Amino acid sequence: MTVSLINGGRGVYILFFFFFSSWWTEVQMGPPDPILGVTEAFKRDTNPKKMNLGVGAYRDDQGKPFVLNCVRKAEAQIAAKKLDKEYLPIGGMAEFSKACAQLALGPDNEVLKSGRSITVQTISGTGSLRVGANFVSRFHNVSRDVYLPKPSWGNHTPIFRDAGMQLKAYSYYDPKTCGFDFKGALDEISKIPEKSVIVLHACAHNPTGVDPRPEQWKEMAALIKKRNLLVFFDMAYQGFASGDIDRDAWAVRYFIEQGHNILLSQSFAKNMGLYGERVGGFTVVCKDAEEAKRVESQLKILIRPIYSNPPMNGARIASTILNTPELYKEWLVEVKGMADRIIKMREMLVSNLKKEGSTHNWQHVIDQIGMFCFTGLKPEQVERLIKEFSIYMTKDGRISVAGVTSANVGYLAHAIHAVTK
Amino acid sequence: IMSIFGEVPQAAPVAVFKLTADFREDQNHSKVNLGVGAYRTDECQPWVLPVVRKVEKMIADDHSLNHEYLPILGLPEFRSSASKIALGEDSPAIKDNRVGAVQCLGGTGALKIGAEFLRRWYNGTDNTKTPVYVSAPTWENHNAVFSNAGFEDIRPYKYWDAGKRGLDLEGFLGDLESAPDHSIFVLHACAHNPTGTDPTQDQWKKIADVMKRKSLFAFFDSAYQGFASGNLDKDAWAVRYFVSQGFELFCAQSFSKNFGLYNERVGNLTVVAKDQDNLNRALSQMEKIVRITWSNPPSQGARLVAITLNTPELFAEWKDNVKTMAERVLLMRAQLKEKLKALGTPGTWEHITEQIGMFSFTGLNPKQVEYLVKEKHVYLMASGRINMCGLTTKNIDYVAESIHEAVTTVQ
Repeated sequence: MTVSLINGGRGVYILFFFFFSSWWTEVQMGPPDPILGVTEAFKRDTNPKKMNLGVGAYRDDQGKPFVLNCVRKAEAQIAAKKLDKEYLPIGGMAEFSKACAQLALGPDNEVLKSGRSITVQTISGTGSLRVGANFVSRFHNVSRDVYLPKPSWGNHTPIFRDAGMQLKAYSYYDPKTCGFDFKGALDEISKIPEKSVIVLHACAHNPTGVDPRPEQWKEMAALIKKRNLLVFFDMAYQGFASGDIDRDAWAVRYFIEQGHNILLSQSFAKNMGLYGERVGGFTVVCKDAEEAKRVESQLKILIRPIYSNPPMNGARIASTILNTPELYKEWLVEVKGMADRIIKMREMLVSNLKKEGSTHNWQHVIDQIGMFCFTGLKPEQVERLIKEFSIYMTKDGRISVAGVTSANVGYLAHAIHAVTK
Repeated sequence: IMSIFGEVPQAAPVAVFKLTADFREDQNHSKVNLGVGAYRTDECQPWVLPVVRKVEKMIADDHSLNHEYLPILGLPEFRSSASKIALGEDSPAIKDNRVGAVQCLGGTGALKIGAEFLRRWYNGTDNTKTPVYVSAPTWENHNAVFSNAGFEDIRPYKYWDAGKRGLDLEGFLGDLESAPDHSIFVLHACAHNPTGTDPTQDQWKKIADVMKRKSLFAFFDSAYQGFASGNLDKDAWAVRYFVSQGFELFCAQSFSKNFGLYNERVGNLTVVAKDQDNLNRALSQMEKIVRITWSNPPSQGARLVAITLNTPELFAEWKDNVKTMAERVLLMRAQLKEKLKALGTPGTWEHITEQIGMFSFTGLNPKQVEYLVKEKHVYLMASGRINMCGLTTKNIDYVAESIHEAVTTVQ
């Protein structure tokens, strides 16, 4: 035993340390998060021209975080009511869950009318995927396999793996075209064993920004039905992709129409700018209302030992917006505004690249959709952008277009041209 | 088509929420809800603390604030100030830079992250077989938190002595002795849920002695700091004593009750390690666990608590609000005991004022509980647990009479 005498000024503290070393001696240092690592390096950089094109949070044309007007209004309305802070039910705020499902499926959807779905409020998109992964792991006993598009959001893999599922992939991105590998996707999906889970990004695929066209979605839906796969949609960007919430939810609604009883994760982090408030939903489309009730009871059993019940603040804001006609209208305009700015930055980047004299084909920058763009830049080129120009992005060449402004798009084009000419 | 969920069975509802649901449906005018653990005023209303309203307004008026993501481990000023609350402003462990924290979704979330970490990293890299001990009885969700984190061997340790309506110290110490070395013990920092029975300081010292000798891991659940005695330091004595004895430990803190922030889900997992290096590695692994569970925690509640704890006048006001709640509970305890004695209700009722915190284990048996619920519309848990906050000066006579009736009518 080691005895340490420390004079604390007001007395002497005697601390007895255990004979054995710390419990945590064998704990390895966890690898830094690849995306956060980008922001850390960006913060340390003193170059006044530096650009952070790493993490996916929307920025306005001044490069500042954007709090939506409809959010401020909703907050003021809520504050005036002086509501209490009593626990929410395990499944969250009912008015929120209802509005969340309506937003995704459309208010006249037969699924909602028949009551054959259940939506629970979750801790944003991650929390929704986690609950969904746990649900699938516990109750989808006919398969352990989850198929992700190649590539997919980095966090999908560890979430499903930790829930006890096996991760597999289907072809998705074609680096030759910087577009959708439709043929490859169909080919590989046709070989997926029956009853496996297949994850689909509803819109604004992360990280590539490459989405299937409607005719392509239709073929995929038919093939997936033929293969009898369990569809799990991840919709983190509804409204944010095209600027139109119905257009962005088209694939989800089409699949349901075609008879797929889907699982769906939704996030309001980006489309309502509620990132840190953690607002999301998880939906299970069931055979009928009775099954939905059973599923709901099991979701509660899954949720309770993780966090008991979800946080109120963000859900109240989202619910107020979705359920108040004037605020809802205002939200649609603001979400379109964000999407339009992103689209404009894509166009400006390409036109600036042309101005710089780049002879490469940059069409994919305009064809891709949503917050992210898979530039096609190679790791060495990315490295140069970081070191020589203080432009930060992830090694896979993914940029967050939200980090581009009319003030810095010229510099970005100049730098990209410099490393690719 | 056959549904993939065709075989999904209907799960039983969580008892405490079912109780409140039944209470809500009850049309009887005399009904009283002594079930779920949330504070109520003497008008039987939820109470948003005055300091909370004040800070909420400050946050709303500060247009420089936004809704950006918090770091994965949470708001730094929340984490550090929350840990200071648990361990004390002058904690030597904090001065030694060997205290860290993870902001979590309420006390449940803090238990969850701690449990997940222990299963992966505590004693070797697979602790699925490491025994986890929870008190008999304990908060009903403890079991599920640890089993869902992958622990396969969750055992009770003796705690409540129904006969003498107090702590079974001998049984507790006996279970500590017979536990395999390195077992994990979930300890209630104060205001034990559901019994309201806490070890005395001397008893805690005995408990700590055995735990140290047998290298048992102390995982404190602190959901009622300040709320139990009205004094933050007094309620944190056990945790701080263990730290002073050199334990590496976890303390899952909840700000649901003492800040009345139930639905904002404000919690903190305080981690005390031997040194900064071990602490940092542990936190880095907890970060990975958080990332695949909820990515990063909600900002509103943490902001509120951080501002309050870090602003002297607000901190003082909060302590005062906490004292208000604790004192009302103490008053109800005193009055209930007095009334039962006055009625001549059979049995001893000293435990009502000896117990501490929100809950009281009345000692009523399931039949008597059923009588209270069905005949008298007084809702309490089947275990005989009552939430003292559900008592008011207006309903306490009715409740006392009802208990008297139940005890004398039903055996």
